[in-house]
Amino acid sequence: MSLLEVRDLRVAFPARGFRAAPNEVLHGVSLDVAAGETLGLVGESGSGKTTIGRAVLGLVRASGGSIRFDGEDITTVSGAARRKLSKDIQVVFQDPYTSLNPAMTIGDILAEPLIVQGATGRDARAQVRTLLDQVGLPSDAIERLPREFSGGQRQRVAIARALAPRPRLIVCDEPVSALDLSTQARVLDLFVEIQRATGVAYLFVSHDLTVVRHISHRVAVLYRGDMVETGPAAKVTSDPDDPYTRKLLLAAPVADPRRQQERRLARRALMDAERTA
Amino acid sequence: MTLPNDPTTRTVRVPGTEAIATATRSSRTPVWKKLLRDPQAVITISLLVIIVLLGLLTPFLTSHGPNQTDLNAINAPVGTPGFLLGADESGRDIFARLLHSINTAVIAALLGTSVALVVGVLGGLVGGYFGRITQSATEWIFSLIMTFPGVLLLIILMPVTRGDYRPTMLIFGVLLAPGIYRIVRNLVLGVKNELYVDAARVSGLGNLRILGRHVLFVVRGPIIIAAAFLAGTSIGVQSGLAFLGVGSIEIPSFGAMIASGFRNLYIAPTQFLWPSLLLGVITASLVLLGNSLRDAFEGAKPKAARIGAAPSTERTAGADEAVDARNLVEIRNLAIAYPQASGGIAEVVRGVDLKINRGEVVGLVGESGSGKSQTAFATLGVLPNEAIITSGSIVFDGQELVGLSEARMRTLRGREIAYIPQEPMSNLDPSYRVGVQLVEGVRSSSSMSKAEAKDLVLSLLARVGIADPQRTFDSYPHEISGGMAQRALIAGAVASRPKLLIADEPTTALDVTVQAEILDLLRDLQAELDMAVLLVTHNFGVVADVCDRIAVMQNGSIVEAGTTLEIFDHPQHPYTQMLLGSILEEESVRADAPPAAVEGDTK
Amino acid sequence: MTLYILRRLLTGLVLALLVTFITFLLLGSSFEAAAYTILGPSATPQSVADLMNARGWDRPLVVQYFEWLLHAVQGDFGVSVYTSLPVAPSVIQRLLVTLSLIVPALLITAVLSTLLGVWAASRGGAADRTAQVISLVGYIVPGLLLAIGLVVIFSVQLKWLPATGFTPLTDDPLAWVRSITIPVIVLVVGGVANLAAQVRGRMIDELRRDYVRTLRTRGVSTSSIVIRHALRNAGSPALTVLSLEFISMFGSSLIIENVFALPGYGSFAFNASLQGDIPVIMAITAFGVLLVFVVNLITDLANGWLNPKARVQ
Repeated sequence: MSLLEVRDLRVAFPARGFRAAPNEVLHGVSLDVAAGETLGLVGESGSGKTTIGRAVLGLVRASGGSIRFDGEDITTVSGAARRKLSKDIQVVFQDPYTSLNPAMTIGDILAEPLIVQGATGRDARAQVRTLLDQVGLPSDAIERLPREFSGGQRQRVAIARALAPRPRLIVCDEPVSALDLSTQARVLDLFVEIQRATGVAYLFVSHDLTVVRHISHRVAVLYRGDMVETGPAAKVTSDPDDPYTRKLLLAAPVADPRRQQERRLARRALMDAERTA
Repeated sequence: MTLPNDPTTRTVRVPGTEAIATATRSSRTPVWKKLLRDPQAVITISLLVIIVLLGLLTPFLTSHGPNQTDLNAINAPVGTPGFLLGADESGRDIFARLLHSINTAVIAALLGTSVALVVGVLGGLVGGYFGRITQSATEWIFSLIMTFPGVLLLIILMPVTRGDYRPTMLIFGVLLAPGIYRIVRNLVLGVKNELYVDAARVSGLGNLRILGRHVLFVVRGPIIIAAAFLAGTSIGVQSGLAFLGVGSIEIPSFGAMIASGFRNLYIAPTQFLWPSLLLGVITASLVLLGNSLRDAFEGAKPKAARIGAAPSTERTAGADEAVDARNLVEIRNLAIAYPQASGGIAEVVRGVDLKINRGEVVGLVGESGSGKSQTAFATLGVLPNEAIITSGSIVFDGQELVGLSEARMRTLRGREIAYIPQEPMSNLDPSYRVGVQLVEGVRSSSSMSKAEAKDLVLSLLARVGIADPQRTFDSYPHEISGGMAQRALIAGAVASRPKLLIADEPTTALDVTVQAEILDLLRDLQAELDMAVLLVTHNFGVVADVCDRIAVMQNGSIVEAGTTLEIFDHPQHPYTQMLLGSILEEESVRADAPPAAVEGDTK
Repeated sequence: MTLYILRRLLTGLVLALLVTFITFLLLGSSFEAAAYTILGPSATPQSVADLMNARGWDRPLVVQYFEWLLHAVQGDFGVSVYTSLPVAPSVIQRLLVTLSLIVPALLITAVLSTLLGVWAASRGGAADRTAQVISLVGYIVPGLLLAIGLVVIFSVQLKWLPATGFTPLTDDPLAWVRSITIPVIVLVVGGVANLAAQVRGRMIDELRRDYVRTLRTRGVSTSSIVIRHALRNAGSPALTVLSLEFISMFGSSLIIENVFALPGYGSFAFNASLQGDIPVIMAITAFGVLLVFVVNLITDLANGWLNPKARVQ
């Protein structure tokens, strides 16, 4: 039995205007995440990849289908029951500049989830030190404000906050997309390291196939609210079956002039084939 | 800002030029300390405190009642024994009435302000934070309040309030509430969508805690500022109504005193003077205090700056050595600095040397803060006003650009040097149709007629791959996708067949499939028009795809430059090597299998 | 766009109806007091009850309201309790007097504020500081004091302008201008203080936007950018402030008219209120609400025209 089971998930947003039909963003998506595994969710804008994550987190309401966590149906859970899930399911967002309250110190930001779970002030403080250690930040960060840190460091704080209640699943919503090149690699490695150490599972959402390949065991590809392909990471990200995935793969420029030229030709060939098809 | 219906752009916020050029935001000093350092705040607070105290100490300061008449003292002048400031037409002591009026004013201010704040803040919190139905409901309620005809209502309801200023001020407070509601609601709406509020929800915080911990903090500043202004308004309105005669004659107030003073203006001018002076001081103090509070809470607001002023240069332009005519652009020893809030200047670009040949595509690569965008803006002459070019020269087609007047620069921009921005949506004016803006740009840099320009724009929109050019021409920016907007901006840029195209991260904000198409387009246009291109980017894949030569920037300087193959095959500088090394390997995959589900000490 | 207009019209009408209804309910509690006032010292509980019965003031309030509404939409606002003259004509005449004060004041305010705000925002430096000082002065001095001060200086001491009295525009344009000059100055000073600061603030924000830079790179002239682009985008929020300013000026003028003895809406409302002349009060309310409704509608329309995105909402 998987840790997270999503079956036929539909999400629709109410449209503007009086009687306009709601806008369905996910048209029945299914996926599984096993304990300790990373499932990469790839797609472009409008694919619905972020919406799946937000539905699992309860930030968005499902209009159809089911989400089961550890066997329990959490699709329509809300209020106090949803808050209980915060022990098991956590999140790291994309934007390190707005995912931390700029008016709170790092110590307060990290202590908040702990105190909500019932820790005392003293317990929380001790745990905060451990968390900072886990993500490679110095303990003098406790008294400082987020604006004093770089994007990569803030993202580490966000990771530490996600780890605080010792969750079993973390939804990672494009956590490295807003970071510099050199920082991206380091933060990704941190994710991998944490997974090895704690056995946490990741639902890793990204638009970047290379990033997803680096960290995922399995990969699922989304296009406009439908899942077009799922499979082991190696297969999906280098030799996919689905034509959209192939298009995605060939569109990403590779950092090597010669290989990029090959890829460009392959992409042109694919586009020509599509046109004549 | 993502458009929910736009399938081609995604938000990636890369901190860039804004971060460099922004003035310091509010520092860490707590607000009350900042207030104490502000002489305006100190003076106004002291004045107000003194005045309020005087009002409270009235029984000790005078033995006269506010309505106590002494027929012997009618219109007594200043200094009459027992009547410090004289007496009015009914023989009432002006000094005593003044002191009592202070209390009336204070109560009026308290009533009006507190009602307005309570109703407005609650409404704003509820209307901003909760769902659509609550939102609509509060909107209706406050729209309703706003439809009441203001002060007229207070006059009309005189029979109901019987002229008592207290219920009148209560009603006035309700009338003032919509202003507060709007402010609070917008703040809450802004905060509600912040990621850190989502994170708090996921952490398990309930709504009340989120409101208290995260939302209220953002709101407290504006509320306090509003309180100062509301108090002034309340006192002003109450005085005005009392002046009119709305209200019991028994209650002493500035308005009533001013009214009687006005009537006796020729007989005893000072009767009018005292209440006016005091009312003026109170009102002025509250307004000035409000301004000081605003400065303390919100920090320095962006200052007005003259656009189109050529950036200040510390060195007059003039090439020292002969310029190689083959180079279209030659940048030598360019240094750009910004003044710091703490005094002094900080360099963001230092000693940059860069050459671009005609028809060549040069990639300017670096991470955020490397100064690459600044270099590009300097070449265009669109650096922010605060920027200072401390040294160096930029020679374009034999002409020195540094120090060039804005008028001369304008003849080059849009004609010989063109620009494509990073974020397509925010670079189009939302009030004008796309076609109209493009035509305006074309006509500003050429002598075409409107019809000619329109034809050109339509043909260009087709050239850049837009399926229905007329439709895009007639659309507003918010009606088209990010990919189409970028194509439109490219069309506008190449309209004049420029010699140099400066592209500032043109594909960063786009989806990867759209990115590939835009890069194809740029490559085609570059070949067709034989343009030189300066491509600013942080993505080495993009560079590998389109660039002939690369310059790598770090911390404001170029650390390495060469042909694309040279740099990729044999990077010399350690920073370049580090950057290339950080690029994730194409083949790397997770080798380790997921650990078996572990219960035990993780729970 | 038409849908937008219709929506706004409908919303506005419903609100206007609600407001008049609520006001009527509030006033309802004072009908008896009004009857006493009307009858004067010779009132007895019996004569009061008779009066109320004769006028239908003892019926349920809702019924009275709907009857009033029915007549009002046909233009019949009843007759004054005291003069027995039709209410509507005098209300309208008084309203016109006040409007002849506010409309010029608003226009002048709008023009001056725009000029000042745009000048300050696009020049910066000394121009900006000057504009901020002007704004501040207008904020600090209460309108009432300014009015009295100006009367003392210009009417009493210098005798340039009349201190009191009003000449309708139709009678003698020049005299009209002279009679409203000082009141208009007072309203304009307060209005410019607020509006100029708003325009300046919005313009500064607008000029910092990305599209301004992109327009510059196309070679578009600075004046074109400032006026055609930045001002247009800044105009939308500024328009909303202008409509609020109108309502605020309306309130101020009610009080200032007293200083200049102008036969305007303020004194009319005050007297009617004092006398408990219910039909007049209701008419005054209705027209006041109508005014607010019209102003809001015009603002919304202008907003919709200026800002295409607003229409979608």
